[in-house]
Amino acid sequence: MRSAPFTQFAGSDTYVLSPELRDAVNVAIALQRPLLVRGEPGTGKTMLAYSIARALSKPLLVWHVKSTTKARDGLYVYDTVQRLNDARFGDGDVSDIKRYIRLGCLGQAFVAEEQVVLLIDEIDKADLEFPNDLLNELDEMRFYILETDEWVVARHRPIVVITSNAEKELPDAFLRRCIFHYIDFPGPELMAAIVRVHFPTLAEALLAEALERFYALRRLDALRKKPSTSELLDWLQALIVGGVTPAQLQAGLPFLGVLLKNEHDLALVAKDNGAGGRRVP
Amino acid sequence: MFLDFFYALRRHRVPVSPTEWLTLMQALQQGLAQASLARFYTLARAILVKDVGYYDAYDLAFRETFQGIETPAPLLEALLAWLDAPHAAALAPPGSAAAALAQLRQLLAARRQREQPGGGERLLGSGGTAPLGHGGQHARGVRLGGEGGQGSAVQVAAARRFENYRHDRTLDVRQLQVALKKLRHLQRLGAQEELALEETVAETCRRGGEIELVFRPPRRNSAKVLLLMDAGGSMSPYTPLVERLFSAAHQARHFRAFQYYYFHNCVYDWLYRDMARRQRVATAAVLRACGADYKLLLVGDAYMAPEELLEPGGALYAFEPNATPGLAWLQRLRQHFHAAVWLNPMPAQAWHHPTIARIRQLFPMYELTLQGLEAGIKELVRRRP
Repeated sequence: MRSAPFTQFAGSDTYVLSPELRDAVNVAIALQRPLLVRGEPGTGKTMLAYSIARALSKPLLVWHVKSTTKARDGLYVYDTVQRLNDARFGDGDVSDIKRYIRLGCLGQAFVAEEQVVLLIDEIDKADLEFPNDLLNELDEMRFYILETDEWVVARHRPIVVITSNAEKELPDAFLRRCIFHYIDFPGPELMAAIVRVHFPTLAEALLAEALERFYALRRLDALRKKPSTSELLDWLQALIVGGVTPAQLQAGLPFLGVLLKNEHDLALVAKDNGAGGRRVP
Repeated sequence: MFLDFFYALRRHRVPVSPTEWLTLMQALQQGLAQASLARFYTLARAILVKDVGYYDAYDLAFRETFQGIETPAPLLEALLAWLDAPHAAALAPPGSAAAALAQLRQLLAARRQREQPGGGERLLGSGGTAPLGHGGQHARGVRLGGEGGQGSAVQVAAARRFENYRHDRTLDVRQLQVALKKLRHLQRLGAQEELALEETVAETCRRGGEIELVFRPPRRNSAKVLLLMDAGGSMSPYTPLVERLFSAAHQARHFRAFQYYYFHNCVYDWLYRDMARRQRVATAAVLRACGADYKLLLVGDAYMAPEELLEPGGALYAFEPNATPGLAWLQRLRQHFHAAVWLNPMPAQAWHHPTIARIRQLFPMYELTLQGLEAGIKELVRRRP
C-alpha cells in the first residue's frame, strides 16, 4: 500500500524543522496515522500543520479544542432548533433532515473533494475521555449519522496533526494509534536558522548577541516561565524596530516585557539587569 | 525482524505493544527507514514511543541493540567496484549465478542514478524487499551514504539527550485522574443553556404547534473536594505517590471546588499550604471556609507515637505546641464533613499500629492504590440518609 513518496514534506519557506520532525511527519503521511506532536509552548506545534498544508498545497481544517468540546462536535451537529423553527414558520423542507445536519471539522475533512490536512489543536484541553471517543473515527475514518441513518466515509484519509501540551495524560489506546514526536527546544544553530527565515536581513552581530542573551535567560532555573521561540521572534522584531545595537544589548536587556510574561520573572531578571548591567549568569 | 530490539525495549520498561510493533514492520515494508540506521532511529521512536519520558529508555535500548552496527559510507561504491573487478566473475559459478550478479550490478547502478543527485543518500534494500539486502544484515539498517551532519544513530542514542525527561512511575497520573473522575455529584446548575428536547416537543404540542422552547441548565459536577496530605517524617518514602495523587486531583477540572493542605503526622491547630510548611493556616479557619458538603480526602500513614495522637502538646514541633490533641482535631474533621475517607499509602497488612487502629475507628481507611482510591471514592459519593 505504498501511497506517497517518503520525502514528501521537507519544511516550507517559513518553517524550519529538525530532520527528526521531518521524518516523523513523513512517516505519519506514509502510514496514514495521526501525528501527535508535543513540546513546550512556543515550539511551533500548531504552525507545523499550517506548514504541512502550505508545503503540500492542501487545504487545512483547524479544529480548536476547548474544555467544553465534545468529540461529537467534530463529527456533526444536528440543529434541532432551526428545524423546529422552520416547521413552525414553513420555511424550507422540514422533512429533509439532511438540511439540518452540519458537519464538524472531522466530518468536513472526510467529505472533502481532495485530501486535506486536519489540525486538532490542543487535544488535552478537552475532557479526559475525548481522545477515546475519537478512536474509532480516526481509525476507520468513517462515522455514522444517527438522524439520517447514513455513514460518512472518508474519500481521502486526511493528514491528521494533533497537538498536545501534556496538561493531561492521553489514553494508551489512543497513543498506540498515533505517530508521536516531541519537539525539543531548538538549539542555538537551529534557532539561528529559524530566525533567519523570519528576519532575513537581520545583522549577524545582533543575532549572535541576542541569541546568547536569550539562551542565558533560558538557563535561569528560577524563571517560572521560560521564554519560547515565538517570544524570541517578537523580541527580535522589537529590537529591530527600536534600533538596538549589539553593544546596547551587552549593556542590558531592553524590552524585557516581550520575553518574560510574569512579574516574578521580570523582577528577578530586572534586579540582575539593573545592577550595573551585569550579565545574566 | 529484530525482535531482540523489541524485547530490549520491553526490558527497559518502554510500554511497546504488538500493535505498534506491527506498525513499525509496516513502515519498514514500505521502505520508510531507507536502509539508514539514523532514519530507523527516528522512525522507530516516532512509532513505538509515545511519551518523552521514555525517550531515554529508548536511547538505552537502541544503543544496547545496535551498538557496533555501523557501516562505512562508501560501501555501495565498494560493492560496485567489487562486482566490476574480474575476480567477481571468476569466483561466481557459471550459469544463473553469474547472470544474477550482472542483474544485481544493473539494479544497483540504476538505483544509484534514480536517487536525487546531491542528496547524498542512496537506497539499498528497502527493508528487505529489494533484491539486495534481503532480511538479515541489510534490513537491520546498514547505512549507505552520508547522512548529512546528523551524527550516526548510535551516537545520537548514546548522547542520551532525553535523560532529564525520564520518569519511572508506578501508578500514573492518568490512572488516578480516571479514578477521580468518578468523584462527582451531578446536578443541574447555572444558566439555562441546554435545550430540553422532550419538554420542548411536549410543550409545543400542548400549545397546538406554537413553538415553545424549553431550556434547562446543563448537568455539572458539584463535588467539592478538600485534600489533606501528610508530608514528611515517615511519609517521605511515599512522597512521589502522594505528589501524583495531588497532581491528578489538581489537574482534574471537573470539581466545582478543590482545596488542599499539608499536615505533619496528624492534623493539629495549623495546616500548611506547602510541603515545606512555611505558610500556615489555622485548621479552624479551613473548617469555617469549607462547608460540610466538601468531600474530605485525608492522605497519610496514620503511623505515629500514641502521644502524638492522644496528648495535648503532642505535636512534633515544640514551637507550635497544640492545646488540643490530634485525635480531637480528627474528630472535629469527621463531624464537620458529611463524607470523609482516609487513604493510607502503606499496604493494608501493615495496619496494626495502635494509632492506625484508632484512626480507622474514625475514618474509613483505604490503601492508596488504584483499587483503594476507587473504593474510597465509592464511599465518598455514597448517598447518605
